[in-house]
Amino acid sequence: MSTETQELQAVKKESLFSKKNKRLVTDPLSDNNPITIQVLGICSALAITVQIQQAIMMSLSVLFVLIGANVIVSLLRKVIPDRIRIIVQLVIVASLVIIVNEVLKAYAPDISEKLSVFVGLIITNCIIMGRLEAFALANKPGPSMMDAIGNGIGYAWILLAVAIVREIFGSGTINLEGLGIGKFQLFPEAFYEMGYMNNNLMILPPMALIVVGVIIWIQRSRNKALIEEH
Amino acid sequence: MEYINILLKGIFIENMIFAYFLGMCSYLAVSKTVKTANGLGLAVIFVLLITIPLNYLLENYVLKEGALTWISEDYASMDLSFLSFIMFIAVIASIVQLVEMIVERFAPALYGALGIFLPLIAVNCSILGGALFMQQRQYDGIGEATTFAVGSGIGWWLAIVAIAAIREKIRYSHVPAPLRGLGITFIITGLMGIAFMSFMGIDF
Repeated sequence: MSTETQELQAVKKESLFSKKNKRLVTDPLSDNNPITIQVLGICSALAITVQIQQAIMMSLSVLFVLIGANVIVSLLRKVIPDRIRIIVQLVIVASLVIIVNEVLKAYAPDISEKLSVFVGLIITNCIIMGRLEAFALANKPGPSMMDAIGNGIGYAWILLAVAIVREIFGSGTINLEGLGIGKFQLFPEAFYEMGYMNNNLMILPPMALIVVGVIIWIQRSRNKALIEEH
Repeated sequence: MEYINILLKGIFIENMIFAYFLGMCSYLAVSKTVKTANGLGLAVIFVLLITIPLNYLLENYVLKEGALTWISEDYASMDLSFLSFIMFIAVIASIVQLVEMIVERFAPALYGALGIFLPLIAVNCSILGGALFMQQRQYDGIGEATTFAVGSGIGWWLAIVAIAAIREKIRYSHVPAPLRGLGITFIITGLMGIAFMSFMGIDF
């Protein structure tokens, strides 16, 4: 009886919400962030941060694909032959991305058009391949799902931060029309009459890089352990 | 003239890195020295040159709406374009594997230079991105598609060699400690992007 309960407790300890698994979710949010520390998934992260609604849609799509791919690959990890694992992973990810693309086309056509090729590029988003290779291939589905959620949210908050800065200073509005919420003007007309101007540079692609650079700067000056040699 | 236009557009104006951020992951990871950056850049040009014409044929003779009419008129209403992601990535992954084997067998010197980078390229966003842009922009004929492939490949090579050269030199300057490494690379890439924007509007 007692050994049974001990075993039960041992099983419980490794349950989905154990401390270890919680760390899988919280670590990627700051000290092991996929974008600013692991340098994964930059490709799509920068191009779609002109508007907040695109960033939200992109984050949700990546989160969905990441969770799906991580769980599926983790379930199949003992079956996939090592030599062709990249192709197998790519096919799994590509199928999930096709689902996302078709759903976006049907329910959010405006945003889908703005995201253009970047939905397709989720396939080669390094964040997904990186997590599959580094985590899902060696771990059980439960922890893999937690890892996916953590990394997906870590990716999402950087995207949102960049998009908020760029949209507020670049266009002076928060446009959520594509999500069916509406458009808000942040600065009253009086500001513009007094001579305030939107910073059009913020809308251009290079500013995304500089904003991410500044986020990295802030993060590393708060946590000295992350500073690189060169 | 159209060809020169597409080529220059690919290299400067619609540069893969500065305008669309494609292939940023390997761009940041492999740009520490000019030598390796050069190798990866050449490998990207090479793979783009092979995969984009192939994907172009696939798109126009298999996937597009009405593309299958060369088999039979009955297929005129078939639209397989929803399969394009999976087809493109399958072509890219298998071509990369094939190219790696062929290069290893017939051009060992080239293999020595590109070798380690070739497998990395299957998951480089710029290759799939090139194929998807090719699909979206509807180029006329395989010639234009190939020119676009060469142009965007050279643009990518130029960007990675340039940043590698800058990173080699920046080692000797006093960058604020938290900005060292990744941070300063991002900011320099942004500044280079602003510089490249001055090419906008060049037209032949």
